[in-house]
Amino acid sequence: MTGILETALRDKRAAGRKLLIPYITGGLAGWQDAVRAVTAAGADAIEIGLPFSDPVMDGPVIQQASQMALEGGATPVSILDEARSLDVGIPLAVMTYYNTVHHAGHERFAHQLIAAGVVAALVPDLPLEESGPWCAAADEAGIETVMFAAPTAPDERLPRIVARARGFVYSVGLLGVTGERGQLASTAASLARRLKAITDMPVLIGVGVSNAAQARQAVQVADGVVMGASVIKRILDGGADAAGDYIAEVRAAIDE
Amino acid sequence: MSLMAEPSATGRFGEFGGRFVPETLVPACEELEAAFREAWVDPTFRAELDYLLRQYAGRPSILTECANLGEQLGIRLLLKREDLNHTGSHKINNVLGQALLAKRMGKHRLVAETGAGQHGVASATAAALLGMECKVYMGAVDVGRQALNVFRMKLLGSEVESVQSGSRTLKDAVNEAMRDWVASVETTHYCLGSVMGPHPYPWMVREFHRVVGDEAKQQCHDLFGDVPDVVVACVGGGSNAIGIFSGFVDDRSRLVGVEPAGGAAVGRGQPGVVHGMRSYLMQDEYGQVLEAESISAGLDHPGVGPEHSYLASIGRAEYPSVTDAEVIDAFQLLARSEGIIPALECAHALAWITREAANLRGSTVLMNLSGRGDKDVAQMMDILSR
Ligand SMILES: Cc1ncc(COP(=O)(O)O)c(C=O)c1O
Repeated sequence: MTGILETALRDKRAAGRKLLIPYITGGLAGWQDAVRAVTAAGADAIEIGLPFSDPVMDGPVIQQASQMALEGGATPVSILDEARSLDVGIPLAVMTYYNTVHHAGHERFAHQLIAAGVVAALVPDLPLEESGPWCAAADEAGIETVMFAAPTAPDERLPRIVARARGFVYSVGLLGVTGERGQLASTAASLARRLKAITDMPVLIGVGVSNAAQARQAVQVADGVVMGASVIKRILDGGADAAGDYIAEVRAAIDE
Repeated sequence: MSLMAEPSATGRFGEFGGRFVPETLVPACEELEAAFREAWVDPTFRAELDYLLRQYAGRPSILTECANLGEQLGIRLLLKREDLNHTGSHKINNVLGQALLAKRMGKHRLVAETGAGQHGVASATAAALLGMECKVYMGAVDVGRQALNVFRMKLLGSEVESVQSGSRTLKDAVNEAMRDWVASVETTHYCLGSVMGPHPYPWMVREFHRVVGDEAKQQCHDLFGDVPDVVVACVGGGSNAIGIFSGFVDDRSRLVGVEPAGGAAVGRGQPGVVHGMRSYLMQDEYGQVLEAESISAGLDHPGVGPEHSYLASIGRAEYPSVTDAEVIDAFQLLARSEGIIPALECAHALAWITREAANLRGSTVLMNLSGRGDKDVAQMMDILSR
């Protein structure tokens, strides 16, 4: 059965829309306002970060946001509690590192997500070979686990990743961690193209998509983009409204 | 079959280990596993490594009988002198192996993490010797307390980056080295400094340190025709301990890995996943990784290598901890009684031996003296003058 996130993304794509998923670190002061602002500005789903002490896939901006949230006392439980009251009308996903899931226990974590109204999960340090037990629990509970594909993957690996993916396929835009870059890496389009050739599941490029122009460039090949560090920077510098203005600008660029 | 055989196909020692890395790094881990597997049975590679270990690092390291301290403690005390290796610790065994392997794989740049600076110095040394580029990540707190080693790495031509994220110690240096590797994986080898990290590192690094246990076993045999009653080593990530344990794991010897009280992953941790592996880990009630804190930067790891978690879980090895105060005493005791200044890391092993001496009376105890104390002299001067 196709999940809520994947259905929503497929429907919008079928209507000719390019997909836009902002990432927002849960527990950051004012994060719920930021979720509402980016939703109003045209986000299609939200990726809520559950901050972890050792975020190996994240660069300085998201590291800083994670640390601020943790220092402010945020926990996975407090963030999911706050997420429950969001009621923004678009699908919510969480992005966290595997120890958060492992520590809670697979089934318990999946049920905590369901109880919070979250429909999908992204776990960047849980590659295909290690994903079995979590994915089984997530499938059982109805949580869609988005899988990452990276530019280093040989061709034979991609179909296996796609087969395990729920919601959408996350096409990692470059060799490196999250953070803004001066230009879209050439790997972004080439990997998305390789994925599009083997699946009709939505393919979104994330990591290193740093501004409206780059997002527009990315959606020439991919079905959409995930934007993280550049959104967090707006929140840290200018609060929820700045993030909303920014997502409105990206929306306009990819709708052109 | 040996208790320390190859891990399972998914890199498991029992239920510990694995390969929990970002998707970007999976092909690199697979490639490394294949390259190591092939090199390790290739006589040419083994001869090349053996040549460097002998002609450059100074192996075999000797076994020293501590008559004075042994008599004082009522035991027969033997030290495996890894402190006498070039660069002053056991770390060089692993680094020469990985650097040779990296070259064989066509990678000419190394990244490494370091706590006390010993692994960083060893990596910088191997890079200088083999004409490779090297960048060492070191927590800002450790850069402050191990200034001499920072300078050594720079003298050897390596770049040292002071890591400002998180707790600014060893675990954050590992994170930063991994982030570098995610971006540079096509040209760079991550020269990991202990029996930690994603498969194949815990296995590969153990094999590179196996030489310590193999030599010690032969030396014990030559000296007294038996294995020691007890084998003791300090445990940060656990590489010097696994090295010496490997010689005796299938014998009757009691195996003891000594952790610092402030970084007792096995003693106080629960199974968790960080730095690519599932192992015992100090963490809070939500799975956030806790900071390790001890007198020795080289042991400040909140986790431990997965094979140690396995050996603990089946009861084959035990992992007690000692306090900083006990370590300070042991450090001075070895200096005064035997004329050997130990690294603070392995002073942990001696601290356990002295504390347990009454229970060990009459037994033969082999301790891995994993490094020399020169790097710690300034810190001890500070502590002792307070
Ligand atoms: C002399 C010495 N011993 C031990 C260690 C701890 O590492 P491991 O537990 O991997 O042997 C270090 C680490 O820096 C060290 O320098």
